[in-house]
Amino acid sequence: MNRAIVDIAAPLVLIAVLLAGWEAACRIMSIPSYFLPPPSEIAKAAVNSAPILFMSAWNTLFMALKALVVASVLACGVALVVALNQTLEKAVQPLAVALQVTPVIAIAPQVVIWAGLAHPERAIVALAVIVAFFPIFSGALTGLKSTDPDLERLFDLYGATRWQRLRRLRIPSSIPFVLEGHKVAGGLAVIGAVVAEFVAGSGGAQGLAWRILESSNRLQTARTFAAVIVLAIMGALLHAVLRYAERAILKRLRGR
Amino acid sequence: MSVASLAAVEVEYPGRGKALGPFDLAVAEGEIVALVGPSGCGKSTALRLLAGLEQPTRGTVSRTPGRGETSVVFQSPTLMPWASALANVALPLDLAGVDKDEARRQAADALARVGLSGATAAKPAQLSGGMAMRVSLARALVTEPKLLLLDEPFAALDEITRRDLAADIHLLWAETRPAVIFVTHNVEEAVYMASRVVVMSASPGRTFNITWTDPVMPRPAHFRTTLEFRSAAEAISRDLAASMGRAA
Repeated sequence: MNRAIVDIAAPLVLIAVLLAGWEAACRIMSIPSYFLPPPSEIAKAAVNSAPILFMSAWNTLFMALKALVVASVLACGVALVVALNQTLEKAVQPLAVALQVTPVIAIAPQVVIWAGLAHPERAIVALAVIVAFFPIFSGALTGLKSTDPDLERLFDLYGATRWQRLRRLRIPSSIPFVLEGHKVAGGLAVIGAVVAEFVAGSGGAQGLAWRILESSNRLQTARTFAAVIVLAIMGALLHAVLRYAERAILKRLRGR
Repeated sequence: MSVASLAAVEVEYPGRGKALGPFDLAVAEGEIVALVGPSGCGKSTALRLLAGLEQPTRGTVSRTPGRGETSVVFQSPTLMPWASALANVALPLDLAGVDKDEARRQAADALARVGLSGATAAKPAQLSGGMAMRVSLARALVTEPKLLLLDEPFAALDEITRRDLAADIHLLWAETRPAVIFVTHNVEEAVYMASRVVVMSASPGRTFNITWTDPVMPRPAHFRTTLEFRSAAEAISRDLAASMGRAA
């Protein structure tokens, strides 16, 4: 059989088998649907709540994208400044690491308060920015410092100024690393947005996390599952789009 | 008159000990000198000293060409992967503040001289190894250097490509006759390229022996089959083996 068909079919078959087993188990053991709904009910819930789930998904995605843009500008800017000054880099690095290793959930309640309880969307974007910042910053900084040493020598030989070296050598060298950072940050921004929505926990921000909270509080477990699935699909799609963009940009940059 | 020279230079790296010297070398106007020696003997270090990219621990480096009059070709083509062949070749002129159009014109001219007038828009990844090396050579020549330093430029190329490029370098050299120092570990290439071959001893590198070869450049078509070529190569191979402490 064609290898490509097998590659696509294999996971689909596995999923189908698991779903069939799940469905059968729920029916045979008469499991109450608030405890574990069968896949058929989840599908029904997904179809029935499709418009509202879609709107909520868009809300969450929009917050995550906003955060990604802000994080991108901030992280690239800071990396650029820091790369020019070793003392500054030494000063910033521990703070950046501390920011990265602190679980966002731990600071979320306070950020929600600072943003103002009437503006949960501000807290959501801010928290998503915090988690998306580090991978972009770290990628950009690594990229700015990982130039080909022979190219550096060539720039020395021709007496390049600091500005020429930055603009013509270090920034272009960093692009692949910056793109990789954005790819990682995209997924994290969604996680950050969802965590913040959970903590904000109000109807003020009608994202997917709010739908999950709301449905599970009402014991609409099938709808909870449907929202989780939509969230997973959204994350996967965002990752796929960022990966495609990364490849397209690199291809254009290198000519192949 | 010597264009560049090293006088009793020594290079020591902290923690790694002495890498070179004491070592003397002078290259005259229009001369091509080859440096041959075992790996790690400091050939490339000597080249970086001459380029002013490194400072000796002891000894003196003198050089008459000013900034922008010395060019280096490295072992790998060392091209900017995001820039076209033309932009890569124009780089030294751009960095020197030459007008952009003028830099592009001179770069196109240099690419044509190395036989790549059709590849100006190509990115490095779209070029073969030999073509990329030619772009690197064009970049070195675009400033019309008085001192050209070649650091094993053929190391990554196949035999046919090496021979073509070696012959072409002589033709290009004949246009402006810069002083050339050519680092290699290939004895036959050294004899072909240079009129004087300096064999260096193992680390820390010193002069082990010097062999003068036929001074006629560019080389005649069947130079590699002449008795003179063979016997010079034999002699240098023996020196090289002896410099490494082995009988030939």
